[in-house]
Amino acid sequence: MTKKILNIKLVKERTKQLRNCLAVFILLAVLWPSYSFTADFSLHGFLQGNYSANTASSNPDGGDFKWAEERLQLKFDASKEPFHLFLKTDAFYDHIGRKADLELREGYLDYTASTWDMRAGRQILTWGLGDLIFINDVFPKDYEAFFSGRPLEYLKKGIDGVKVGVYPGFASFEFVAVPFFESNNFPDSKRFRMYDPMPDITDRKEEEPTTNIENTEIALRAYRDIAGFDASIYFYRGFWRNPSMMPDNFMTPASLTLFYPELSVYGASLQGKALDGVLSLEAGYYDSRQDRKGTDPMTPNSQTRFLVGYQRQMWEDFTLGLQYYGEYMQDYTEYKKNLPAGFPKEKRLHELVSVRLTQFLLHQTLKLSWFSFWSPSDGDYLLNPEVKYNFSDHVWAAIGGNVFGGGKKWSQFGQLDKNDNIYLQLRYEF
Amino acid sequence: MKIIITFLKNLPAPLFAKEGNNRSVFDKEENTSLWQREVRRDFINTIHAITICLAIAVIFLLLISSASFAATAEDVMKKSQAAFLYQGKDFKSRVMMKLVSKGGQERIREMTMLRKNYGESGGNQKYFMYFFQPADVKDMTFMVYKYPAKDDDRWLFIPAINMVRRIAAQDKRSSFVGSDFTYEDVSGRDIEDDTHTITKEEKIGNKDCFVVKSTPKAADVDYSYKLSWVDKAAFLPIKEEYYDKRGELYKVFTADEVKEVKGFPTITKRTMKNLQSGHMTEVTYLKADYNIGIDDNLFSERFLKQPPKKWIE
Repeated sequence: MTKKILNIKLVKERTKQLRNCLAVFILLAVLWPSYSFTADFSLHGFLQGNYSANTASSNPDGGDFKWAEERLQLKFDASKEPFHLFLKTDAFYDHIGRKADLELREGYLDYTASTWDMRAGRQILTWGLGDLIFINDVFPKDYEAFFSGRPLEYLKKGIDGVKVGVYPGFASFEFVAVPFFESNNFPDSKRFRMYDPMPDITDRKEEEPTTNIENTEIALRAYRDIAGFDASIYFYRGFWRNPSMMPDNFMTPASLTLFYPELSVYGASLQGKALDGVLSLEAGYYDSRQDRKGTDPMTPNSQTRFLVGYQRQMWEDFTLGLQYYGEYMQDYTEYKKNLPAGFPKEKRLHELVSVRLTQFLLHQTLKLSWFSFWSPSDGDYLLNPEVKYNFSDHVWAAIGGNVFGGGKKWSQFGQLDKNDNIYLQLRYEF
Repeated sequence: MKIIITFLKNLPAPLFAKEGNNRSVFDKEENTSLWQREVRRDFINTIHAITICLAIAVIFLLLISSASFAATAEDVMKKSQAAFLYQGKDFKSRVMMKLVSKGGQERIREMTMLRKNYGESGGNQKYFMYFFQPADVKDMTFMVYKYPAKDDDRWLFIPAINMVRRIAAQDKRSSFVGSDFTYEDVSGRDIEDDTHTITKEEKIGNKDCFVVKSTPKAADVDYSYKLSWVDKAAFLPIKEEYYDKRGELYKVFTADEVKEVKGFPTITKRTMKNLQSGHMTEVTYLKADYNIGIDDNLFSERFLKQPPKKWIE
């Protein structure tokens, strides 16, 4: 992607940081007087080194590392019933971008009453049952973090919004409102070699949904126990978090606009004990509101997504996790009919199978794990073996690898073929 | 039962037969008066009845005598389970676990454990745990719905990504948080999973104990049998020895400190030592308390994500 987009991203990040710093300061200013005498405080965090080196080829800009940084995270907790304040802030030095920066990972205020509660501010939300597969988890992700060998928690990005929980007894409800849109973060084009359908068009701009009442994203979840199974239903009204590309004209495009089409999701999930393990079922209907007929080739068609997962402890400290995931495109005929020449044609059903194996050894201080995706429909794969060792209660290190391949040069993991890497995560926690 | 029925069928007639049927037998004795005959008949009937009752009692005793000793051992284990794991309506404690490797390296697991009983001793229970230490699991919470004779339901909350997930829980003999204690050692093992016999009675310190041998009925257990020294007064296990498949002693549990909390004798310090690996775990219960009125709704996804301070502190 071009400099222009990067600049836009940078400006956006800055604005966001300012916005959040401001919010946090206001919160602190308002709350500090009442907290200062009686509240409980705690301060924790970590120091971390995280490095990821290419094993297949160098980066598009010639670099050999996908990631190289040192990072300090501070987690500050203060609580005085019924309030709770939490701040999680990272300071880091990025050796590849040669810059130091601050990142507010989370910063929120909780209010808890007996049958309801509220959380306002930047917060991470995780819904749904998938293991690295997301159907009803409609919240933003950082795929670059995942593909670069960063700790898994960095796959999730916080949302800036309000969550209200209501617990009337017969079921529990979560209402989320997000006024500030946050897109998924995709690998940086300077660090990752990826497929670009229009590589010659360098004039690109990104248009995020503007912040107003109408564009405020709404997410709802209702859940309860049904015959020993954890049952949830979900609803989301907002936007696709992966950008769509709109050329200025189809015949001789000169510039591209990246935009986020409107989306609603209706879903359900069920999880419980079955077959001597834990069985997970999840499904969601992705209603692509800007292209309900499926005729617009630049906007994703509506989809039905479904997942079957099974997890089982085979022997002491060894767990097996299997998943089958399908993504079924609605209006496929329209899709085929309207797809511009030269664009890769997706299959109607996109499938993924995942395997996760985890073995703990030495009193659970050594963890050997394997995670892999393989797509039966596209033939591409991602392999992620990892060894993690806890040297003490405070120090751990993990070494792992990401191997991509198979499929086509535009498929999900196939396009990342040249980006294999090995990574090291080293952390001191306090 | 079959034996008793057969026995009853073969009884001499007088007890059951109608008077009319028997009259001929007695009528032959024409010299005796009607009154004498009545008395004698009653007397004979009474003797018959006593004999039969005695016989039935003896048979019953014979039948149940073999089971009666086993029932005693089982009773001891049931009482022990009640005293050790089901005391009070609910329970709360700050738990300090010190994991010590053979080389002397120490790791600390610190948590608050809350437990609530549902039904009788040996019945359903719910557990809620909140971790303070080590740093990489701080703020994690863990919830177990424990059912006898059925796999537990277990949920884990991972704060870094704000996610509650169910975790597979088939193997109750798995290590609990890397310690020498298994999940079963924390929340108990079904009495019916083992056959129990009292092998002897012995004093440990100043405590008179039953020594109970418990042999797992299933083969998929890491030990071949366990010896428990159960205090005759409080019914707490004072010592346990686990023997491996070759019959060698490999794990030893000791109750190192017993304190009375709200009238309930409670093991406040315990150790599990693995003799083969040299690894051991010491557990101290701090601020143990019973009958504190834990709400049912604590055991929910809501509070796994936001554990109330009043319950975890």
